[in-house]
Amino acid sequence: MADASTVKIKTPAFDVEAIRKDFPILSQTVHGKPLIYLDNAATTQKPRQVIDRMYKFESEEYGTVRRGAYKISEHSTQLYEESRQKMAGFLGAPTKDEIVFTSGTTQAINLVAYSYGRKFIGAGDEIIISNIEHHANTVPWQVLCEEKGAVLKVIPVNDDGDLVMEEYDRLLNAKTKLVAVNHVSNALGTVNPIKEIIRKAHDAGAKVMIDGAQSAPHMKIDVQDLDCDFYTFSGHKMYAPSGIGGLFGKMEVLETMPPYVTGGDMILQVTLEKSTYQKPPSRFEAGTPPISQVIGLGEAIDYLNAIGIEKIGEYEHSLLEYGTRLLSDIEGLRIIGQAREKAALISFYLEDAHPHDVVTILDEDGIAVRGGHHCAQPTMKRFGVPATTRASMSFYNTPEELDALAASIQRCIKIFS
Amino acid sequence: MSYNKELYQRVILDHNKNPKNFREIKNATHSSHGFNPLCGDDYTVYLTVDDDEVIQDAGFVGAGCAISKSSASLMTATLKGKKIDEARVIFDQFHKMVLGELDPEKDENRLGKLKLFVGIREYPSRIKCASLGWHTAIAALDKAEDITTE
Repeated sequence: MADASTVKIKTPAFDVEAIRKDFPILSQTVHGKPLIYLDNAATTQKPRQVIDRMYKFESEEYGTVRRGAYKISEHSTQLYEESRQKMAGFLGAPTKDEIVFTSGTTQAINLVAYSYGRKFIGAGDEIIISNIEHHANTVPWQVLCEEKGAVLKVIPVNDDGDLVMEEYDRLLNAKTKLVAVNHVSNALGTVNPIKEIIRKAHDAGAKVMIDGAQSAPHMKIDVQDLDCDFYTFSGHKMYAPSGIGGLFGKMEVLETMPPYVTGGDMILQVTLEKSTYQKPPSRFEAGTPPISQVIGLGEAIDYLNAIGIEKIGEYEHSLLEYGTRLLSDIEGLRIIGQAREKAALISFYLEDAHPHDVVTILDEDGIAVRGGHHCAQPTMKRFGVPATTRASMSFYNTPEELDALAASIQRCIKIFS
Repeated sequence: MSYNKELYQRVILDHNKNPKNFREIKNATHSSHGFNPLCGDDYTVYLTVDDDEVIQDAGFVGAGCAISKSSASLMTATLKGKKIDEARVIFDQFHKMVLGELDPEKDENRLGKLKLFVGIREYPSRIKCASLGWHTAIAALDKAEDITTE
């Protein structure tokens, strides 16, 4: 087994120990051991800055948004819209009104499926997804296709976990109305060549929705450079609270779309006979939104920007390389997904131990990883495994934590051999 | 109560590695398929029940974690020779034990070796693993063809 003395990782461009102090949960213990949190692809922990900001907002500033004409409501509305502006900046969106807040990526994809999909996709039309999608980017399209008589096509994946782009070229045709793929696979870590995917889809006359749940917290995103029509994100995967997320949508596309959820706030005028709707993004934000969560999201973006997303990506990549080397040396361990370009997560399978047993053993050592199908059953089936164990990293993780992971996996192998 | 809190005891590990009755029974009178959509554990349980409602043979095939497999293995060993009514009582006791509602050291029970799984109560997310085989066997007796834990 390799260890830290023989395999060095590049010195990070920021002080990881100082960063770790920002995250209160990282000083907790589990079963008497220091918590080693490696389930960042499922959800990320929150820095004190985000927690404190929400606490201050709830304690001193809280009011409803977009309707009160009194001081605290106006102030809350201003903070709420500032977060939208920050999110727009984070994704490189031209205007803040192209950011629609939802509860997260799942609802954002459903918004596209229900609003855009039901208006513009009909019988015989085709939607393309890939074989390495989260169920959240699979099921909404299956439901839409079933309802409309449209056809769902799937880009296959090779044994390394890379999409087979020649097959994608073949799938695209005049009937293709929408391509919906992730930027980063949550199950394998594959970074998909989305710029190429988007360009080719547009050449075929199709719109493109990118599921950015796994990418937004780890790499620089520029939706204008990508030229995607929709790009979704989840706050709780980018150090913000759960219950908030959303999507970027090109204004020219959002404007053509009918409301998805209806009710208060999304209307211009309501009579008992007929209602007229607000412009985007309000059209898609019916009801009182999760206000503190939006403020928390804004703070998380400030936090990430202060460190620098490129620096975060670089450090996480060095953790990925280090972890991959460590785990590759373990006999009986098979890494599932070795794509050309990967985000900082390692999915693996042990010959003798089922992922759920692995998770329980690792938990005894204070290590939190995910074991299961990662809401990507078609991906598991493609790789011939019922489930995998997944260690997903963040910029607050350290090489020493990965050493502990490798040691715990070895212990696991010993128990089950 | 005091009990061995260790989940992966030797007997459980042995049953995982070399499960008993790990085979299809071609002429089974009862069978059912059980699936846990959360983790993909997937087993088919076969039972041969005679005219006196005695389980003459029990077997299972499938794949899953050490807890689900060893539990199904010990279950088949337990069920052989039991009457259907007894099997239902034992399942009920097993289920209550893993949920923490029955203390196998104090409360009357016919759990025998199945007491090994008492530690599961400390692992709420694994209760479904330990009971999947049982749910599937009971479904087979109820003549239900497919069950899931959800």
